[in-house]
Amino acid sequence: MSRHYTSDHEWIDVDGDGATVGITDYAQGQLGDIVFVEVPDEGREVAKGGEAAVVESVKAASDVYAPVSGTVTQGNPALVDDPSLVNSDPEGEGWFFKLRLTHPSELEGLMDEAAYKEFVSGL
Amino acid sequence: MRYLPLTTDDRSAMLATIGAASIDDLFVDVPQAARLDGPIHGLPGHASELAVERHLTALARQNTVAGEVPFFLGCGAYRHHVPASVDHLIQRGEFLTAYTPYQPEIAQGTLQMLFEFQTQVARLLGTDVANASMYDGSTACWEAITMARRVTKRAKAIVSSGLHPHYVSVANTMAKFTGDVLETAAPTLDADPDTADLIARIDDDTSCVVVQYPDILGRIGDLSELAAACQVKKALLIAVVTEPVALGAIRSPGEMGADIVVGEGQSLGVGLQFGGPYVGLFGCKEKYVRQMPGRLCGQTQDAEGKRGFVLTLSTREQHIRREKATSNICTNSGLCALAFSIHMTLLGEKGLRGLAEANHLAASAAADRLAQLAGVELVTPTFFNEFTLKLSKEARPVVRTLADRGILAGVSLGRLYPDAPDLQNGLVVAVTETATAQDVEALARALEEVLA
Amino acid sequence: MSAINQSGWKPEMGSGGTAAAATFTGNRALMLEEALIFEIGSDTTCGVDLPETPKGTSRLGKLARAKPIGLPGLSEPETVRHYTRLSRQNYGIDLGFFPLGSCTMKHNPRLNEKMARLPGFADIHPLQPVDTVQGALGLIHELQHWLVTLTGMDSVAMSPKAGAHGELCGILAIRAALEARGDARQVILVPESAHGTNPATAAFAGYKVEDVPATPEGRVDVAAMKARLGPDVAGVMITNPNTCGLFERDLREISDMVHAAGGFVYCDGANFNAIVGRVRPGDLGVDAMHINLHKTFSTPHGGGGPGSGPVVFSKALTPFAPLPFVEKTDEGFALVEEENAQDHHASAFGRMVAFHGQMGMFTRALSYIMSHGADGLRQVAEDAVLNANYVLRSLEGTLDAPFAGSGPCMHEALLSDDNLAEGFSTLDVAKGLIDEGFHPMTVYFPLVVHGAMLVEPTETESKAALDQFIGALRSVAERAKAADPSLKSAPHFAPRRRLDETLAARKPVLVWKDAPLAEAAE
Repeated sequence: MSRHYTSDHEWIDVDGDGATVGITDYAQGQLGDIVFVEVPDEGREVAKGGEAAVVESVKAASDVYAPVSGTVTQGNPALVDDPSLVNSDPEGEGWFFKLRLTHPSELEGLMDEAAYKEFVSGL
Repeated sequence: MRYLPLTTDDRSAMLATIGAASIDDLFVDVPQAARLDGPIHGLPGHASELAVERHLTALARQNTVAGEVPFFLGCGAYRHHVPASVDHLIQRGEFLTAYTPYQPEIAQGTLQMLFEFQTQVARLLGTDVANASMYDGSTACWEAITMARRVTKRAKAIVSSGLHPHYVSVANTMAKFTGDVLETAAPTLDADPDTADLIARIDDDTSCVVVQYPDILGRIGDLSELAAACQVKKALLIAVVTEPVALGAIRSPGEMGADIVVGEGQSLGVGLQFGGPYVGLFGCKEKYVRQMPGRLCGQTQDAEGKRGFVLTLSTREQHIRREKATSNICTNSGLCALAFSIHMTLLGEKGLRGLAEANHLAASAAADRLAQLAGVELVTPTFFNEFTLKLSKEARPVVRTLADRGILAGVSLGRLYPDAPDLQNGLVVAVTETATAQDVEALARALEEVLA
Repeated sequence: MSAINQSGWKPEMGSGGTAAAATFTGNRALMLEEALIFEIGSDTTCGVDLPETPKGTSRLGKLARAKPIGLPGLSEPETVRHYTRLSRQNYGIDLGFFPLGSCTMKHNPRLNEKMARLPGFADIHPLQPVDTVQGALGLIHELQHWLVTLTGMDSVAMSPKAGAHGELCGILAIRAALEARGDARQVILVPESAHGTNPATAAFAGYKVEDVPATPEGRVDVAAMKARLGPDVAGVMITNPNTCGLFERDLREISDMVHAAGGFVYCDGANFNAIVGRVRPGDLGVDAMHINLHKTFSTPHGGGGPGSGPVVFSKALTPFAPLPFVEKTDEGFALVEEENAQDHHASAFGRMVAFHGQMGMFTRALSYIMSHGADGLRQVAEDAVLNANYVLRSLEGTLDAPFAGSGPCMHEALLSDDNLAEGFSTLDVAKGLIDEGFHPMTVYFPLVVHGAMLVEPTETESKAALDQFIGALRSVAERAKAADPSLKSAPHFAPRRRLDETLAARKPVLVWKDAPLAEAAE
């Protein structure tokens, strides 16, 4: 199990050829109260850097990108009823979707936790 | 100039504060070549209230006023009596001169009115939810077609031949640019709407079926079977209502299974106004609410726990989603929505049902009277307050001749469908509570003479 | 003496200083709470006299409505009171200063209302024979002449129903013109400083939208635009004056560049008020521009519409303008619609609305335009720009003005929340202004500035009104700089305190739901 981060503030936990994706605590803090999340359907093909989900606050809507390419195996059903999970537990219960990786090598350009922390402190 | 409060002294003092020598200094960024050195030539100078009033009154007098003659025009715009209090109330400055309610703490009047309007519209159309209005019925109809595309991810819309030709025209214009495929046709002078034909054409590529209720010829079709057929193929049924008063007498499209119901609300509160401004109605099933265009007002509470209202789900809209918005609509038709809502409040259940009944029975009696005439055939046995006659002559010249005699007899199908030879003798006649028995008699006698 | 004060009424001042108790009704003197019509109306109450039931037979059969609709009714006195009470919870121009940037909230003269209600305009049907509506067509034709002349353009399409609808009309004409020459360009360039509707419009018309950056001084980056132009660019959408309140001084050069690259120039004319009578967009190479009659020509905003957005076109785009329009012929005024367009307007891209556009707004706008005349309209632009610069320079020392160094502003002044105390933002300043009796300015727009505050005073504010606003904004800004906690909970004196928009969006309640209505016996 390893966790990687993107410069667009997504995190990805990798376990074999499966992975879980969400947005970081920093990202939820910038957005404010999350009111709606649109997660991808099972079976959808997403490309690295391509749009995969939408997260909405009262006054803003942001696209969430796929950190790597893959096939969606599950969207988080809990977010439909309770989008506030993204605020309260962004890097746990508030995950967005699970993937089966197409090109695990794409993980190589992503940041680890320390690198992401440093990246955020520079913003 | 009576609307400009600054005095010459004010202007000098303000220029001094700014640190500019003259007004021209404030326009320095305009390239020299584009600066106009004085009032634009070929246009008159300012005019007094009295002068403007004289000029515009003279223009207004050149028009035949609907309320001053026997009048029978419909086809998407209807003349009903609007209670005096409606126009009085919408002219209150706090309604008239307010803006879109972006600051809800000081716009609760507009917001509560919109919440009431949305509820009235949803109940009337038979939908779960309704938005805070669109520009008019024709633009609402197109928005519904694009919404169906977003929901179904399909691009083919089957459009009933009974849809108002201007609505078809608007949709065709837009579809040329968006890649939607529309199947459209002109109507035929049959007693029944084209429901069975529509059902037969629905396939797996169909995004939606668009049907008008009552349709352009006045016919009313049962939508239940059509809705069921759409559901089987996972297509959406869009119903278009151009005469909302009808829904006081007939079943609502939502009740019969329509997924999206749109309409023109002009009949209630707004008046004819030569075609605008009107008010578009837009309702749908709850599950599609995030795909809806336009503004939505929602209930919430304030910091003290008091009930209040705000514009909500605004992330669907252009000012936030930019190129990903559900629509580019921004301003809606707020003041017309207010007029509609006030008129509905005055009527209430009892009033709307009674008004609808009076319209229907008066139209029914008029159809019977006109169908007796030589050279006149009633095409549409089932209708609400508008029916189609087939004359023994081309209808358009007949309408013009009757207009010369001071009777506005109806809408000739030749005007709406110039390219359809089979429709040239068709005349659509609308009879509302504003037409008297004497008006109908005047029409019957004049028609008899012209057709003889 | 006679009886001493039988009534018992002695004027008293009462003892001051104690806080008022909550009232039984929840009302606070002139601030009246008002329930929803669903709570106070009933389905048996009716505020109108129903027409007598005519003699006729029902033809509705099984389609006759069986279920109740669920519409509450009120009597006429209750109706008047309901809506009057609601209206008092609204801020409007009639009440005070309404400096919403980009919205041009100017005084709405009542003469315009009176004219629009003349029966000869208000009570005519759009499908009446044209011989019976010559005055209405004449009015539209006259307004067309004013709009074309004021903008220095070639023609005008009157039917678009609002600004955004006008944008769509202009972009569709551009697309039709390109298609007519067999050119399938895919991209529209939109500067960062454009209205949010611009990219939405271009996307709605099937175009790919690309942003063009702004320069540090708040204008379009001409070099960046030049670098991006090419055979795939259909056109650009530029707002001028732009949303930073600045005149795009390079517009002529941009137009020439775009034309040389085979594209067209769309100008968002929402801010035309700043230049009307002083600059003609036609002299800057613009191909299409919408005019918001509800902004520049003062047709009332009505709590969010109806607006009206006619579009003026250059010679190159005129053939593609949509139907219908009004023409003057030897026999009088003619309406060019589908049936006669083939003869002399065959390239029209189609129809945007049923009927002919916002007649009621045309009447109001013409009434306003005639009142000012060519000389008065020029004065409108001058006073609007003077007022905005006066506000900008008066507040420069109080709030951050990011483009104050870029020269004079046009119709609106742009400020930011850059120098407020930690934890205080534009939102707090806006809510503080509400307590001071003002409608706040536009906030958080344009996006090129953090915590933007966009102030558009318009020409119909007096110097005294501006001075009062400047004083109030200074006072509120000072409180925000000093981290005054009472500002965080403003407004305190409005009909409602801050409303919970998160709750509204998470659990949408969009219609009133009461106990299910009894099913009518069938």
